[in-house]
Amino acid sequence: MREFWQRFSRNRGALAGLVVLAAIAFAALAASWLFPGDPWQMKAKPMLAPDASFPMGTDMLGRDVAAGVFHGARVTLTIGLASTIWATVIGVLLGAVSGYAGGRVDEAIMRFTEFVQTIPSFILAILLVAILQPGISSTILAIAVVTWPPVARLARSEFLALRQREFVAAALTIGLPAWRVILIEILPNAASSIIVMASLMVATAILTESALSFLGLGDPNLISWGYMIGAARAVIRQAWWLSVFPGAAIFLTVLAINLVGEGLNDALNPHLRRQGRPR
Amino acid sequence: MGRLSRALIWIGKSLAVLVAIVVLNFCLIRLAPGDPATVLAGEAGASDPHVLAEIRQQYGLDRPLPEQLAIYLRAVVSLDLGFSYRNQRPVADMILERLPATLLLTGSAFLFALAIGIALGSAAARRVGRWVDSAISVAGLVFYAMPIFWIGLLFVLLFSVALGWLPPFGMRSMIPPEGAAARSLDVAAHLVLPALTLGLFYVAVYARLTRSSMLEVQHYDYIRTARAKGLPEGRIVRAHILRNALLPVITIAGIQAGQLVGGAIVVETVFAWPGIGRLAFDGLLQRDYNLLLGIFVICSVMVIFFNMLTDIALSIADPRIGAS
Repeated sequence: MREFWQRFSRNRGALAGLVVLAAIAFAALAASWLFPGDPWQMKAKPMLAPDASFPMGTDMLGRDVAAGVFHGARVTLTIGLASTIWATVIGVLLGAVSGYAGGRVDEAIMRFTEFVQTIPSFILAILLVAILQPGISSTILAIAVVTWPPVARLARSEFLALRQREFVAAALTIGLPAWRVILIEILPNAASSIIVMASLMVATAILTESALSFLGLGDPNLISWGYMIGAARAVIRQAWWLSVFPGAAIFLTVLAINLVGEGLNDALNPHLRRQGRPR
Repeated sequence: MGRLSRALIWIGKSLAVLVAIVVLNFCLIRLAPGDPATVLAGEAGASDPHVLAEIRQQYGLDRPLPEQLAIYLRAVVSLDLGFSYRNQRPVADMILERLPATLLLTGSAFLFALAIGIALGSAAARRVGRWVDSAISVAGLVFYAMPIFWIGLLFVLLFSVALGWLPPFGMRSMIPPEGAAARSLDVAAHLVLPALTLGLFYVAVYARLTRSSMLEVQHYDYIRTARAKGLPEGRIVRAHILRNALLPVITIAGIQAGQLVGGAIVVETVFAWPGIGRLAFDGLLQRDYNLLLGIFVICSVMVIFFNMLTDIALSIADPRIGAS
């Protein structure tokens, strides 16, 4: 653990990212304490430029932009984390079976994975959310459905390599069932690269979520950064602050997650030097 | 393997992908809550019992599922993507009308991203650890983390609202100028901001890829041989390092073509660019599912086409790929 932290903290960018990410997580947790009440509620005159009482200004309906940004952090982080967890579970499951079983099963699963990667994923996500009706769970589902293939490929190649190793052969020889070999022997050894990929996927998921809610496909009851920018688009000439602050929030979050992901990569896969960063 | 049989395999693969996408569409319609006929009619047609009866008849919705699928497949193969009841027009016509604008936007963004990305990536790789390298990787990190629609809005704020250099939306001026050359220039001026917006994210991706790939190739034996032969440095970089380093870049570019088409939806929405993406946004607002499903099919065709182009580019860059 100490060794892990040493390697992680050697990467200055990753440390900075961690600090920013902690601040954003704090904003999400403290949103209802710092900005009590409904962020959809009118608080002041519409379209006030940022000042002391409303540091990020107010929008077309007099809602506090800062309250929206803080409450939006919750929605964005939840969707980013939840959809990544689902995508990782689907990907690891398919990749593990594919790499472990080999043969026809492997062939079939990899063909399917390739097919999903060929589909224009954002359009499929739009279709899924539109058809399932906009809501937080359909967004999570849609993002998970379009983002699992790289995880499956990674898990497959890890499993394929680890399956040849002696400790796996030993476990099979003493009669452990296949599912235990997969879960207890192979998975922990494949975990580090999967964790690195998953951490970077949270960033992509947040970008996808914000694009979906920008297009008006967010949960109609939950305020989100993408929605705020989409709604402010028509008045961008009069009120720059309506789009700039939520956008900066997305940017900082995604940047911080990417930096932390790179730090994790340095710490967990020290044998892979920086220049050969896996995609 | 000959050229012909490779082409045949490629056509077979593409057809299989297309059929799978049509089947997926078919499933999506049935995933929606409620009657498939109402889904196909969209909000506009759903209130009219005649329309619903017509759709049921046309798609054979009272027959068993496999038969329905066959009818749907046959329709798509004959380029019948259904009817938009909202707009009272066939979906295929609406999409074809918008296709050139989208091809222009995605094509120029793609070329821009590849050219700039490769140039920046190789510049960074040749000066590893110096300020050019650091500046390029910081810029890459930044553009990699910005939501594409936000970049677009910031560009509008800067280049259109504050500086007044470039038009903020649309594809042509209200009153297009006289003459073919002036009109092309007018479109080009409108194209700059959307193409830049769509391309910048991929510039970051390709620059990073080119850099790491060049650093890897640099250490191979044949580069040392080339140096030992006394070849000029410029020629080593261009003919030996870059050419080999580009293979993974082209491969990834091909895989990401689908994302580029998806990004076009957002960019066209920001800039009111009259392409398929803008059409998809309108279809989304009107819950015109038939239109959305048609756009999904056409965009998949575009992705397959982009993949074909990258395959050809790969076999030009590395003749061995064609031979094996």
